[in-house]
Amino acid sequence: MTPAEIKTAIESQFPGSVLENEDLAENQVELKGEQWLEMATFLKNDPNLCFDQLECITGIDTGEAGPLQTRYNFHSMEHRHKIEVVISHDRENPKVASIEQLWRIGDWFERETYDMFGIVYEGHRDLRRILCPDDWEGWPLRKDYEGQEDYHGIVVPKIKEEEEWE
Amino acid sequence: MGVLENRFKDNIIVASLDKFLGWARSTSPWYFQFGLACCAIEMMASAASRHDLERIGMMPRSSPRQADVMIVAGTVTMKMALRVKKLYEQMADPKYVISMGSCATSGGPYWQHGYHVLKGVDLVVPVDVYVPGCPPRPEALIEGLLKLQEKIQTERPLTRKTA
Ligand code: SF4
Repeated sequence: MTPAEIKTAIESQFPGSVLENEDLAENQVELKGEQWLEMATFLKNDPNLCFDQLECITGIDTGEAGPLQTRYNFHSMEHRHKIEVVISHDRENPKVASIEQLWRIGDWFERETYDMFGIVYEGHRDLRRILCPDDWEGWPLRKDYEGQEDYHGIVVPKIKEEEEWE
Repeated sequence: MGVLENRFKDNIIVASLDKFLGWARSTSPWYFQFGLACCAIEMMASAASRHDLERIGMMPRSSPRQADVMIVAGTVTMKMALRVKKLYEQMADPKYVISMGSCATSGGPYWQHGYHVLKGVDLVVPVDVYVPGCPPRPEALIEGLLKLQEKIQTERPLTRKTA
């Protein structure tokens, strides 16, 4: 199936769930977050879509005014088609349903995205930080991240941009 | 067999015990076998057959209890820094630390933007020898190790140190 046909299939199953977004490429589709678990189940189990492989989960911070996003890359080994699903989150309270129990690899992908962006995957059975230490403060890949100044008494020196190197 | 055969009579050597201990220690500094990032590859290359660290008496040990030298080979993250410190504390005296590569020495490429990288392992453990490079070639590491051996040789373990 082409990405356009996949979008139509999702839209006919979940009317009103596909959002318009001009910034996206042809193989990307933005979906509403509310019914994400049902939609993901549909993506996986529908015989025509049959996305049996979750290739990656990424987080994106679109900047001060924009939302946080989670992006899922799905691939179907059966039909050899791909789609990238985009879900936007409110910056203050970013959360979406976890798909960790549908694709087991989603476990670590979601933990990583949580670790870096603070997006909460509801229903994840073990949502802890995966790369940073458990007691790390803040979400490092967010645009407004300020590094912490000490960690267990170890100083993290702040190097000012450029001025020292001119 | 060998060059020594029939050259000397069975004999006695007189040496200062302090120097003798220094010699014994410096010629068998067993190092702690762990690597943190890309520098560890060069450390492994130094230990492998081409450069062969065992020529200078260095043998990898997998337990901090058996090791004399800790080669901090690679990027020390904040998460690892606490563990490096703990491992150092578990080593038995006398113990030495080599900071290998610019990451371990100063944060290296992560100096400016690495929010989670320790800016020099000397912030958590005392360092004896710094080996510069990114990564240092095995020759550079070996030179660092020889420098460390010189340093160990000059120590006087029997003499009480007063501050
Ligand atoms: S100094 Fe260079 S080679 Fe060594 S760990 Fe750092 S980045 Fe890697």
